[in-house]
Amino acid sequence: MDLGPHAAFIWVSYAAVLVTVAALIVWLIADGRKQIADLKALETRGIRRRSAHTE
Amino acid sequence: MELSSRLLPWVSAAAAALLLYGVFLAFFASPADYQQGETVRIMYIHVPCAWLSMMIYSLIAISSFGLLVFRHPLADVSAKAAAPLGAAFTFLALLTGSLWGKPMWGTYWVWDARLTSVLLLFFLYLGLIALRSALEEEATAAKLTAVLALVGVTILPVIKFSVEWWNTLHQPSTGFTATVDPSMRWPLLVMALGFTLLFFAMHLKAMQNEVLRRRVKAMRVQAIAGRDRLSAHGAAE
Repeated sequence: MDLGPHAAFIWVSYAAVLVTVAALIVWLIADGRKQIADLKALETRGIRRRSAHTE
Repeated sequence: MELSSRLLPWVSAAAAALLLYGVFLAFFASPADYQQGETVRIMYIHVPCAWLSMMIYSLIAISSFGLLVFRHPLADVSAKAAAPLGAAFTFLALLTGSLWGKPMWGTYWVWDARLTSVLLLFFLYLGLIALRSALEEEATAAKLTAVLALVGVTILPVIKFSVEWWNTLHQPSTGFTATVDPSMRWPLLVMALGFTLLFFAMHLKAMQNEVLRRRVKAMRVQAIAGRDRLSAHGAAE
């Protein structure tokens, strides 16, 4: 595929979007796992949510 | 939480499929522009990022309104979760625009109305994130951030109409209907829809994370309060 004399600008643009979106996805997944781990650690210590008591 | 967990895989899969199809169309099924040549392919990512930068801010403003007026508990979660995503897509709109500008205009940056107003939007996003993290108390941070978000919404019409109100180097808005040839409009529409679904998938996940974070925080506070009650009870005996 020949993208002409300005190919580098096109590739860098797509690479920047790919890297940023990938970084956002990794951050969101890692953050979600951390919150679930924290929640489980608290529940293991016997701490329950107030709303969970009333259920 | 249950509904968002059920929706998330479907929205993510639809976004991935549309983006893959869109990239295929952008590189293999759309022509080079008669003036801009191959660099027009940057449009297929620049325009969706620019569209998202404004759409996400509108979402934050609506959520902020929902928090201040209706005090809906999820409104602040939505606004907080959207801000870093909005900052990221605004950054990408600026970066890809700059990389498109160099071969077309001969410069990466000019202080024209469109570029400057989008840069202000980027700083506004950073301001929302910074203000929220600077304040310890969650409710105060939410209210002040919502007020700032609503004041900042005035930037949106300035960005939208900047290319009409002022003589800018930036081209007029890329319409999705008449101004773009169908051979380029279709890939652009597919990419715009793909990016929009990608944002909604990430926003759903970020909102889930925020709800969990608040649950963890509430349980920690509850644990500390329980410990304090026990020690006070022990001291009294």
